[in-house]
Amino acid sequence: MPVKVIIPTPLRPFAGKRENVEVSAATVGEALASLIAQHGDLRRHLFADDGRLRSFVNVYVNDDDIRYLQKEKTPVREGDTISIVPSIAGGRA
Amino acid sequence: MSLRVTAEIAEQIRALGAAGYPHEICGALLGRDADEAREVVALFPLDNRQEDSPRNRFSVTADDVRSAERAAHAQALEVVGWYHSHPDHPARPSEFDREHAWPWYSYIIVSVAAGAAEEITSWRLEDDRSSYQAEALEIAARARS
Repeated sequence: MPVKVIIPTPLRPFAGKRENVEVSAATVGEALASLIAQHGDLRRHLFADDGRLRSFVNVYVNDDDIRYLQKEKTPVREGDTISIVPSIAGGRA
Repeated sequence: MSLRVTAEIAEQIRALGAAGYPHEICGALLGRDADEAREVVALFPLDNRQEDSPRNRFSVTADDVRSAERAAHAQALEVVGWYHSHPDHPARPSEFDREHAWPWYSYIIVSVAAGAAEEITSWRLEDDRSSYQAEALEIAARARS
């Protein structure tokens, strides 16, 4: 079913400069896979080499963080909005 | 590729870095991005959420990022990057910085030695995540209109 994925500003250059991308999916994991299939350059920024979502990539379904739902198995319904929201980290060592 | 900041904002970042020493301080850079002419016109200071090692790490939550974006949009600006301090360490990105960086954003680093702010630099992550590219930091007397 169609759901909208909101792309954060720093990743828009890798998604055809689009603010959102429509995908067809039943779960968050399927939605992200479909997003990557459309825009392959997003992969390295969203997923680590082991295939897991990077720790500073946060995914929300509507206003809910998927870490507190069923993570990438979280179901999505038609009309849901998936948001990719950065968290920021760094430091001298 | 360059980042324009006013002398006042550069001084604010240095002052925040010195005031927060020996901990790392951090916040968002609010401004405008027009291809090659990126400009910072305001800061949005944030708490360093890294409670276990604030002397050598900083972190900002997704909710903090959303707050910064709301503050930017309220001023018809956008979040163009982030600043943080390196206490007793050069203003160069670490491997930890690179691993956690996002593309496109400008990352300003201020070095703070024994409580006194020193060098201030800016960096952008390469699109393939392999390294940081130094970004010319243009310190201007005032913002563009």
